[in-house]
Amino acid sequence: MLVFLIRRLSQSLVVLLVMSFLVFVGVFAIGDPVELLVSPDADQFERARVIRDLGLDRPLWEQYGVFLLQSLKGDLGNSFVFNQPALQLILERMPATLELAFAAVIIAIVIGIPLGMVAGLRPHAWYSRMIMSVSILGFSLPTFWVGLMMIMLFAVMLGWLPASGRGETVDLLGVPVSFLSEDGLRHLLLPAINLALFKVSLVIRLTRAGMRENMLMDYVKFAYAKGLSHGRVIFVHVLKNILVPIVTVVGLELGNVIAFAVVTESIFAWPGMGKLLIDSIYRLDRPIVVAYLMITVLMFILINLIVDILYSVLDPRVRIADVKS
Amino acid sequence: MSSTVETALPNAPVIADEPIPPPQTPFRRFVSDFLESKLAVLGLIVFAITLVIAVLAPWISPQNPYDLQQLDIMNGKLPPGAMDMDETMTFLLGTDDQGRDLLSGIFYGLRISLFVGVASAFISLLIGGALGLFSAYAGGRWDSFLMRVVDLQLSFPAILIALILLAVLGQGIDKVIVALVVTQWAYYARTVRGSALVERGKEYIEAAHCLALGTRRIIFRHLFPNCLPPLIVVVTMRIAYAIMLEATLSFLGIGLPITEPSLGLLIATGFEYMLSGYYWISFFPGVALLVTIVSINLVGDHMRDILNPRLQR
Repeated sequence: MLVFLIRRLSQSLVVLLVMSFLVFVGVFAIGDPVELLVSPDADQFERARVIRDLGLDRPLWEQYGVFLLQSLKGDLGNSFVFNQPALQLILERMPATLELAFAAVIIAIVIGIPLGMVAGLRPHAWYSRMIMSVSILGFSLPTFWVGLMMIMLFAVMLGWLPASGRGETVDLLGVPVSFLSEDGLRHLLLPAINLALFKVSLVIRLTRAGMRENMLMDYVKFAYAKGLSHGRVIFVHVLKNILVPIVTVVGLELGNVIAFAVVTESIFAWPGMGKLLIDSIYRLDRPIVVAYLMITVLMFILINLIVDILYSVLDPRVRIADVKS
Repeated sequence: MSSTVETALPNAPVIADEPIPPPQTPFRRFVSDFLESKLAVLGLIVFAITLVIAVLAPWISPQNPYDLQQLDIMNGKLPPGAMDMDETMTFLLGTDDQGRDLLSGIFYGLRISLFVGVASAFISLLIGGALGLFSAYAGGRWDSFLMRVVDLQLSFPAILIALILLAVLGQGIDKVIVALVVTQWAYYARTVRGSALVERGKEYIEAAHCLALGTRRIIFRHLFPNCLPPLIVVVTMRIAYAIMLEATLSFLGIGLPITEPSLGLLIATGFEYMLSGYYWISFFPGVALLVTIVSINLVGDHMRDILNPRLQR
């Protein structure tokens, strides 16, 4: 296990370095920050001074080194617009995004696994076919459009739920969250369902495939032969086995959900970091874009790492195979 | 693929009054399997119709929605089925804020959305497919390097990569295609490499080597055609995804510029008026987008089932 951990950790570090370099080159080297900072009628000396002050006259690898050192200290630059540290601005908005993402993943699991199990147990029944057809629809529905239609139906026409914002928040361990107050929960519902839609289909398909595959296996026959009840075979033996791939994929998808929250947040005006990213792209607020990217990259690498470790705990074959190779 | 050849050999004893079945080529078999699913056929028909509409948009639209002389702001935000001021033209699906006929807007939008989706899918197919073939054929260090890059890229969501690229590059139809290609090539590379590795170990490739055929000939005439079945499925599904991604990016306002109004942009325009109850400006373009994507996915989903050797009946 230790060898496995060390190997995975060092891989993650390499990926982090590579990605930070790409982000740095991508966002800083393309386009000229001097154009933004210096007034057009500044003379040559003025420009040269700004370039020197920003360190833009030094070679690329040196600039990157400075950037890397600063980011290790947690300094990703100041926002041009808010004139506050970019990192702080993003971290302030992170709980809102994470809350939305977790709510969506929970909805996807709670709806997806039972439906997938039903569809996998009786693949040819009419209701299983219906579940599968609906799941194709779930894959095909453009998230942002569904969001708009939900606003139209539930907020404008029926007036049941609010269309935007986060509502009243309650502090939980110093972090403001929406799901503890009734008003917040009402605000959370529409965006969370919107974000969950795509994932529900995914979970249904995974569960169904796992069910179909596992029901034919010898251990299931053995369990039945032992005289175990139908419920026990399915909910204890089979469920345990199909959970492994589902945990992996849902874990990996968490990152995807956070990225897609950009869309949902812009529609429902949810004050998370995705909305901040879109606003900053409009305002050419480069430090925020960089900080957002670095944080998401870090988050992705952490998620991948955790999923890998979980996976190796759940399925020892993976761990052994990796150490042997 | 090769297993189908055996069933095509007509050397079984034939009973006299039964007509001799035509030799079943893999293609014919594919077509007859495909026709089995009514849903998939429906999907194909609907997709063909959207394609025809997209190609013929300038000739079949009731109005050129981007010729400012034909627009009248007085016709703005009319509900579906309303007549224009001079009572000469009916707006079947209503008008947007500029007095533009929505039906015509959707036809033109489909044209742009489909073009971006199909073009980006084929460019990524060319790049990803070539890299995948090369990776499988070269093997060794190149292979593991390329696949590391693919893994790395696929561990980041497409929308994030596209967002960042467009934030750096700016708006424009060519830039959107570049961003979509960058996010998609890895899927093709992985698919082609996977099936090329399997096919490479098969006897017909060995036979081709024994005949001393050139490497290029083996790769393109023998290896590549046999990697096609899984690739066709990936291409269909990816076209649908590319269309959706483009619509999302345009909706967020960082995809196509206002001069290239795709379906996503039409929906974004309607968003502003949605809260005032003018639902149709976003609703109908969204339905068009949905119908297009669903029809492609229905076709792709069924093709995956019939081309999957593990599910071969």
